[in-house]
Amino acid sequence: MKRADLQAMAQRELERQQTFRCRLLCCASTPCLSSGATAVQQALETAVAEHKLDAEVAIVSTGCMGPCSRGPMVTLQAPGQDDVYYENVTPESARQIVAEHVAAGQPVLDKIMPSDLPFFVKQTKVVLTNSGVIDPERLEDYVARGGYGALAHALREMTPEEVCAEISKSGLRGRGGAGYPAGLKWDLVRKAPGDKKYVIANGDEGDPGAYMDRTLMESDPHRLLEGMAIAGYAVGAEQGFLYVRGEYPVAAKRLEKAIRTAERRGLLGSRVLESSFSFRIDIRIGAGAFVCGEETALMASIMGRRGQPSPRPPYPAQSGLWGCPTLINNVETFGNIVPIIENGAQWFASIGTAKSKGSKIFALAGKVHTTGLIEVPMGITLREVIFDIGGGVGEGHTFKAAQTGGPSGGCIPAEHLDTPMDYESLRALGSIMGSGGLIVMDDSSCMPDVAKFFMEFCMDESCGKCVPCRVGTVQMHRILARITNGSATADDLQILEELCVMVQETSLCGLGMSAPNPVLSTLRFFRDEYEAHIQRRECPSGVCQMTEMPALDLVDALPRRIRELGTVPAVLA
Amino acid sequence: MAEIKARSTAASDQSHPSGDPRFILIDRTLKRFRFQQDALIEVLHTAQEAFGFLEEDLLIYVARQLKLPLSWVFGVATFYHFFSLQPQGEHNCIVCMGTACYVKRAAEIVAALQTAYGIEAGQTTPDGKLSITAARCLGSCGLAPVLIVDGQVLAREVPETALAAVEQALASSRSSNGHQPQADQSFEEEDDL
Repeated sequence: MKRADLQAMAQRELERQQTFRCRLLCCASTPCLSSGATAVQQALETAVAEHKLDAEVAIVSTGCMGPCSRGPMVTLQAPGQDDVYYENVTPESARQIVAEHVAAGQPVLDKIMPSDLPFFVKQTKVVLTNSGVIDPERLEDYVARGGYGALAHALREMTPEEVCAEISKSGLRGRGGAGYPAGLKWDLVRKAPGDKKYVIANGDEGDPGAYMDRTLMESDPHRLLEGMAIAGYAVGAEQGFLYVRGEYPVAAKRLEKAIRTAERRGLLGSRVLESSFSFRIDIRIGAGAFVCGEETALMASIMGRRGQPSPRPPYPAQSGLWGCPTLINNVETFGNIVPIIENGAQWFASIGTAKSKGSKIFALAGKVHTTGLIEVPMGITLREVIFDIGGGVGEGHTFKAAQTGGPSGGCIPAEHLDTPMDYESLRALGSIMGSGGLIVMDDSSCMPDVAKFFMEFCMDESCGKCVPCRVGTVQMHRILARITNGSATADDLQILEELCVMVQETSLCGLGMSAPNPVLSTLRFFRDEYEAHIQRRECPSGVCQMTEMPALDLVDALPRRIRELGTVPAVLA
Repeated sequence: MAEIKARSTAASDQSHPSGDPRFILIDRTLKRFRFQQDALIEVLHTAQEAFGFLEEDLLIYVARQLKLPLSWVFGVATFYHFFSLQPQGEHNCIVCMGTACYVKRAAEIVAALQTAYGIEAGQTTPDGKLSITAARCLGSCGLAPVLIVDGQVLAREVPETALAAVEQALASSRSSNGHQPQADQSFEEEDDL
C-alpha cells in the first residue's frame, strides 16, 4: 500500500459513510459492556431493521465515550447536526430512540445527556479524538479520520533526526508517571550504537484505579500501532513489543486484530508503505505482576523471566531487551505521537503549562458524581476536574481528598484543590501525576485505612529482590494495621516515619521508592487522623474497628491493678 | 473436581504421545516460538488455558521442552499471580479490590463471601465448587464495586447482591446435570457479553 492508496481508502470510506442519513454509535468498551451494551446494540439493530432503515442508518460499535458510570452510552450522529448523547440506554429505550428520534426526528428527551455539560466542554481531546467515534476493529474507520497519514508523512518527508527533534520540541513528557522528556529518550536510543534496537509500549497498567491505557488500546488500537511505528522509524528499530496486562483480554484481542489487519495492508511488517523501513509488532500478555510496570522488570518479563527489576544504569536506552538499546514508553505517550506529527510540535506545545505540555487522560473514579475517563489540558485545577467535570461528591458528604498516582502517589486535601495538575505541582505536594488514576474520597474514607490499603498492595506486589522493599513494606503494613485496629502507641508513628524515609531512599526500583508516598502524604495532610487513632483510639470516619489494646498499656495496667487489689491476681500467682 | 475436557476440536483428530490431546495445544505454542526459552510465559499461558491450572507434571513437561531447569520454570510460574498451581473451582467469583472499589466498600463484599463459604480469598471450597479471588483492579472503576461471577461482570454490588449472584451461579450447575465445567478462564467469556 502506498500513500495514494491510503488516501483512496479514506475517500471510499468517507463516501460510504455519507450514504447514511445518521450513525448510531454504541460504546463497546469494557464498562459499557458490563452494563449491558451488547443487548442495547442488538435492540438497536432489530429496531432499525423493523423500521426498514437499514440503508439509511449505520450502527457502529465504538470505543469509550467517557462517562462510564452513565453507560451504556449511545451517540446519534447526523450530518449538519450536533451529536446527541444518550445515557443509561436500555434495550427498551434503544427501541424508543430508533422509533422516535431516528424514524420521526423527535429526540427522546429524558435519556439525553446534554452535550454542553462541563463534563464534555472542559475536556481537550488530543489522544482520545477517535475514541467513541470510530469502530476500533475497522482499519477503514481509522484511515478515514486521517489514520496512518502521520506515519506516511514521517517516512516520506522527515528524517529520523527530524522526528526526534519534533518530539523534543513539542515538550511531550512520558505519561507513565515519572514525566521524563520523551524526545530526549528517543534521541538517546537513536544515538545508541547497535544494529538491533527495540521499541516497547508499556501497557501493563497495574495501578489500581487507572484504566486510561486499557481504553486507548481498546478504543483506538491503530493510533497506538502508528505511534509505535513512527517511534521505530525515529530510533532505528525494526521490532516492537506491546506489553498488555493479562487482565485486559478485550484490549489484547483488538490489538492483535489491528496488527494483523495493518500487516495485511502493508502498514506494518516488512517495507511499511512501500518504503525501506520495516517494523513488526508482537504482543506480550502480562501475567499479573504490578512490578512489571517498572521498565527493567517489564523487559525481564518480555524475555520470559521473573519480573524483577535490575539496577539502572545501564538504562534501557543503552542496554535493554537482550542487551540492545530499547525505547520504552507508556501506551499513552505513544498515543500522543500521531497528533504531534499531524499538527506539529508548536500546536502541541500551545496546550498545557510551561513545563508540562499537552493533555492528560485521567480515570476519574471513587466518590464523585460522574465517573469515567476524561482528557484535560495539563494545568487544569483539581477543583475543575472534580467539581465541574465530575459533578462533585455525593449529596450529604464533603470532599476530603483526591488520590493521584495510585500506590506510588499521594492524597491531595481540600485546601490544595486549586493546585494546577502538572508534574511539578503534584510532586511538590508529595504526590505524583502517575499514570492518571484519580480517586476521589469523601468524609466516609479514613486516611490511615487508605494508607494501609496501598501498603498492603505494595507488600503483596513487592518482587522480593531488595531488602528495604521486601521487609520494609511488611513492617510498615504491620504498624498501619496496629494504627487502624487501636493497638498502636506513639512510638509506632515515629518508627513509621523513619521507615518511610529509609525505604524511599534505599529501594532498588520505583515500586519500593514510591511505596511510602501514600503514608507520607496522608501523614502530612491528615496527621490529626493518625493521632486520633493512636491517642484517643477512635476513627473519625468510623471505618476502623478499634478492637485491640496497645500491648504497652496492658503492661502498664497490670501493676496498677495489683496495687488496687492489694494482692497478686490468682491467675498470675 | 470433574475432569476437564479439552475444548479444542482441532486437537481431537491428532494424537499426542502422552495420550492427552491438550498437550497438542502446548506443542503448537512451543513450535510457534521455535522452542525459544524466552517464550516461557507464553507457553505457560497456553498450558494454563488448556489445563485450567499448572500441575507439576505440566511444569516438568514445559521445562524439558524448553531445556530450562525445573526450578526456573517453577520460579516464573509462582512469581506471577495469573498462574495457578492449584485446581480452580467449578465456578469462580472475582472481587475487584482496586482503589475505587475499595473506597466503595469492596472489602465488605469479600468479608461476606468469606464468612458465607468459609474460605479465604484466593482459595477454593473443599468440594471444588467455588473459588473466590480478590483481584487488583479490573479496570472498570466507573462501576465500582465490581464483581465477576463466572465471566459475567456485575457492577455496583453490595454484599447481599454479591452473595445472591454467587448462589445463583452455584444453583445453575446443580439444576443442569450435564454441565460442562469450565477451566479458569473467566475472562474469555467476556467476549460474549
